[in-house]
Amino acid sequence: MTIRQLSIFLENRVGRLATIAKILGDAGQNIRGLSVADTQDFGILRLIVDNVDAAAAVLRQHDVVCHINEVIAVEVASTPGGLAKVLSVFVNTKINIEYMYAIAEPKTSNPVMIFRFSDPEAASQALSQAGMNVYSEKDLLQG
Amino acid sequence: MTELLMKDFVDRAALERLQLERMQNTLDRVYNNVPFYKKAFDDAGVKPTDLKRLQDLAKFPFTMKSDLRNHYPFGLVASDQKDIVRIHASSGTTGKPTVVCYTQEDLGIWSETMCRTLEAGGLTNRDIVQIGYGYGLFTGGLGAHYGAERLGCAVIPMGGGATEKQLLLINDFGTTAVCCTPSFFIHMIEVAEKIGLDLRQTKLRLGFFGAEPWTEAMRNFIVEKTGIKAFDIFGLSEIIGPGVAADCEAHNGLHVFEDHYYPEIIDPDTGEVKAPGEEGELVFTTITKQAMPLVRYRTRDISSLTYEKCACGRTLVRMAKVKRRSDDMMIIRGVNLYPSQVESVILNVEGTEPHYQLVVTREKAMDELEIRVEVTPQVFTDEVKGLENLRNLLGAKIKQLIGISAKITLVEPGTIERSVGKAKRVIDLRNS
Ligand SMILES: [Zn+2]
Repeated sequence: MTIRQLSIFLENRVGRLATIAKILGDAGQNIRGLSVADTQDFGILRLIVDNVDAAAAVLRQHDVVCHINEVIAVEVASTPGGLAKVLSVFVNTKINIEYMYAIAEPKTSNPVMIFRFSDPEAASQALSQAGMNVYSEKDLLQG
Repeated sequence: MTELLMKDFVDRAALERLQLERMQNTLDRVYNNVPFYKKAFDDAGVKPTDLKRLQDLAKFPFTMKSDLRNHYPFGLVASDQKDIVRIHASSGTTGKPTVVCYTQEDLGIWSETMCRTLEAGGLTNRDIVQIGYGYGLFTGGLGAHYGAERLGCAVIPMGGGATEKQLLLINDFGTTAVCCTPSFFIHMIEVAEKIGLDLRQTKLRLGFFGAEPWTEAMRNFIVEKTGIKAFDIFGLSEIIGPGVAADCEAHNGLHVFEDHYYPEIIDPDTGEVKAPGEEGELVFTTITKQAMPLVRYRTRDISSLTYEKCACGRTLVRMAKVKRRSDDMMIIRGVNLYPSQVESVILNVEGTEPHYQLVVTREKAMDELEIRVEVTPQVFTDEVKGLENLRNLLGAKIKQLIGISAKITLVEPGTIERSVGKAKRVIDLRNS
């Protein structure tokens, strides 16, 4: 079970992030979570939004280069060792974590983490089998 | 095939006799009517009667762009003012514009050679032609317009800019051919993709692109994206406007309409005439123009000439497609660099469309080259590594080509300024 994330190419220029946020805000798109991967010259902004297709469409209208890709949303227990428990699922597997970040999720007191895995489908199955709460896009965004 | 087209297949011996007669008349006219030429010929110790053979032209002095500027606006006019029916001007990058005048006969010559240009690409009177060059003082719009009208096409005088409207008309009017700058057409392709118009599904079949140097890689990009045939138009307003030389189906050089515009290739440093096949600066002598004939006008365009028979059967001399201008060349850390070289590299690295800019700066007496390249949706993924690979690949290929390291900066689409006319490819900040 995967959800879709929006990745955006950003130049390292003052105000670019604010511009993107304004475009989405004006289009009525709520940003649920974000992370920025930075290099010296450019960045990639990753967003979880209410409606990924509509958000991508409005950004493309503004000449913003973006890409939709699959990530996994997992509820992580907010107790000591909560994250370690999730990560332990992948010990001794061929599945790699490329990056992760937390998003705000009002429906649960536990944080929800977004993971990008080398093999999203296999990762999702492994997490479910280990009894983790993996969100579908519908549950996370519209539920 | 029109009667005009027959002129492209003329017997060369007959053509040379015609050229000699026309050249003698021209030299005689300018010597007697233009004080600038009288003085220039006298200073060089030549008289119009010294031209016994075409090769004798090499004895005559050159005309430079600065000569036009120094005799601004009408100092080089050879006709009576009452015979002038049109005045065009090109926007000079510095100071005053370069002015060119036409008599009624000159407009006829211009329409004729522009018509022959379009016919060389297979345009017929059944075509609907959209002119996407700017009208006005710039010669592009009206030149293409008159050529297409002379051929009997249905002409849409759209003018430059208004990209979405251009696309709407292409789609709704069933436009079969466009004339505009190659960079503007590439912009149209991008906008078409964005608004979901597949140019392959329209009736568009031919494109005539000029007014700025462009590369084979750009032609391939256009052909691949749209399925049209793309032809190069060569011309410059000082000589007549567009329609000085034309690309044919063989795409193996441009046929010069040498029954009106006589070409030579010279060494830009010594002024010596070069042999056929050798590269150098292109020089034109207008041999039929009335209002403002120019003798050995230095274009600054780098090309070469071949008199070998073309696959298309035309007997007219061919000039190599102009890829660069002698004044476009930058010298960076002692290395000669032309923007067109960088352009080919970017185009050959898969998926990158040709929107780029070279920025040259000087840090502690060391020239630094930055190449700004727009990122496209085709090459962008979620991976930082993917973009870094793209950047490194571009850097490596540039280094391989020119031998110096450039800083490659990936920028967002639309960051690099597009112009309807010529794209600004180089920003040289070394002397500012
Ligand atoms: Zn040919």
